[in-house]
Amino acid sequence: MASQPVIHTHGLVKVYAMGANQVKALRGVDLTVAPGEFVAVMGASGSGKSTLMNILGCLDVPTEGTYDLDGERVNGLGRNALADIRNRKIGFVFQGFNLLSRTSAVENVELPLLYDRSGKHLESRRLALRALDRVGLSDRGHHMPNELSGGQQQRVAIARALVTEPALLLADEPTGNLDTRTSVEVLSLFQQLNDQGITIVLVTHERDISTYTKRIVELRDGKVIRDVPVADRRQASDDVKDLDAAGEVV
Amino acid sequence: MRALVLIKVAWQSILKNTMRTLLTMLGIIIGVGAVIVMVAVGQGAQARINQQIQNLGTNMIVLTAGASNQGGVNQGAASFNRLTVENVDTLRRESTLLAGISPVIFAPGQVIGGAGNWRTHVNGVSTDYPVIRDWGLSSGSFFDANDLRTLRKVAVIGQTVATALFPDADPIGQEIQIRNVPFKIIGVLAPKGQTAGGEDQDDVILAPYTTVKDRLAGRQFIPQILASTSRPEDIAPAQAEIKAIMREAHRLATWEADDFTVRNQTDLAETAESTTKVMTMLLAAIASISLLVGGIGIMNIMLVSVTERTREIGIRLSIGAHGSDVMTQFLVESTVMSLLGGAIGILAGFAGARILGHFTGWNTVVSVPTVFLALAFSASVGIFFGFYPARKASALNPIDALRYE
Repeated sequence: MASQPVIHTHGLVKVYAMGANQVKALRGVDLTVAPGEFVAVMGASGSGKSTLMNILGCLDVPTEGTYDLDGERVNGLGRNALADIRNRKIGFVFQGFNLLSRTSAVENVELPLLYDRSGKHLESRRLALRALDRVGLSDRGHHMPNELSGGQQQRVAIARALVTEPALLLADEPTGNLDTRTSVEVLSLFQQLNDQGITIVLVTHERDISTYTKRIVELRDGKVIRDVPVADRRQASDDVKDLDAAGEVV
Repeated sequence: MRALVLIKVAWQSILKNTMRTLLTMLGIIIGVGAVIVMVAVGQGAQARINQQIQNLGTNMIVLTAGASNQGGVNQGAASFNRLTVENVDTLRRESTLLAGISPVIFAPGQVIGGAGNWRTHVNGVSTDYPVIRDWGLSSGSFFDANDLRTLRKVAVIGQTVATALFPDADPIGQEIQIRNVPFKIIGVLAPKGQTAGGEDQDDVILAPYTTVKDRLAGRQFIPQILASTSRPEDIAPAQAEIKAIMREAHRLATWEADDFTVRNQTDLAETAESTTKVMTMLLAAIASISLLVGGIGIMNIMLVSVTERTREIGIRLSIGAHGSDVMTQFLVESTVMSLLGGAIGILAGFAGARILGHFTGWNTVVSVPTVFLALAFSASVGIFFGFYPARKASALNPIDALRYE
């Protein structure tokens, strides 16, 4: 059971119809991610990484190919079934945080549980507070998003992604809106969560960011052109200290 | 269970946008308020007319000569004016249910006396008349059976006549001339006010019907007989009884139609009520238009809200909300807003009806069914006009919605 992959895709093809033209965003992607992995999906814009991310996140369906998520065949499911899969198995972290405004941090974290169909909403507050605790924001639960810094907002978003205990944490450019120090802080949190056994797939175009992960999958023109382990993995927690030290000098 | 969660979600969303919510509700508040006020005015008028009809007398039955063209068969002049004093006596003798009976002989005429002269109605009636009409005296006394029998020239005058002829003096004991026949005033009627038709009921002089018939009218037939029962439930049987007695008295064969008409207050009330009901409906219909406009206002805001909150919808969909969840949320939002607006509108309507009543002197009545109708109507406005925006929200594609700026 432990060896069952979290993600297993075979021959993923996605074709968009743009008027008369057909654009092939993915041209046969095979990808397998085992539990506990920390994968960076890289590529320039137009490489198909957003499309892959949407399909992996069950927000979109492939034109061809198969996708098994946590042992469950996903392609061919309907809109509501996909919504349930997203709710149970995937935690999303977006570039723009995507928190509900005028809604407190803890209420934002609770949100996925409200749509849970197994009765978790009954203890949503407790679970939400625990998730906030995991990202180190247990004292900020009642704050509104606009009262929090960018890094804190992203951590609230991570808590929201974690609250349902998903099989996969899917992060789309999670540091895109953050400064260097905060980015490293957030990556430190990802590394910490990964050390606790959470499988993470992170989409980024920054080579720098990918060096904090364990494996890099690079796409170009809708195909995987490189799939290598990270040789010289950096520890984000060390880099935070270094940055602080440098900051004191300046 | 899930519905409860979704209601909570919708409620939070309403609270988070107080200003928008209030502005949206304003249309419904005004609409419901207007309906309540308008219907209150209409029903107030209705209640007033009913009260005025009640004012005619208690459990009163009216017997008039001639058929009221029933079944399209006009009885013609031959059957007209066939009520007589003998009929009154027969009814009094044979009826078991009547508490009082009185002929009414009309003799309009110029009256001279006191401060000047006055044109008024002179009605010849029996001693039962005050009971039938539920009409007391403010001073003096009514004439008695002896006065009737001896054709005494005594009169009881209404308030209007009293004020017109004797503005300063006490009319009791004074003499007036009705068509040159001297009458002695023995009593003054209590004020009764106007009829539903706006006629001044106090502009009247009552005298023994025997005297009026003999000295003023000089006719054998009497145009109207008034009667009353002591209990309201006796009215219908008493009417049947009167009919039977009258048919026999007029020697009508079974195939012949009635040559008289028996009506009660309910019949009169029904006629008046149908008129005011039409008026009430008309007012309500006009006010409903503003409710409709309020509903369109809700739809407008909800549509804007769906666009404005595209990202929120995207977030909800991406973390596992079904389309139906989003749809329910928006529907609940619009319904709660319009219900809330309806509730406030009802309060505003109550206040408005009172204020209007205070300044115009109109009678206004806010009835419970109206309130419930207004609430139900505003809820359905919310559902109806919230449906399209809610559907639009639920049909969004999560990817596009998340990317929406």
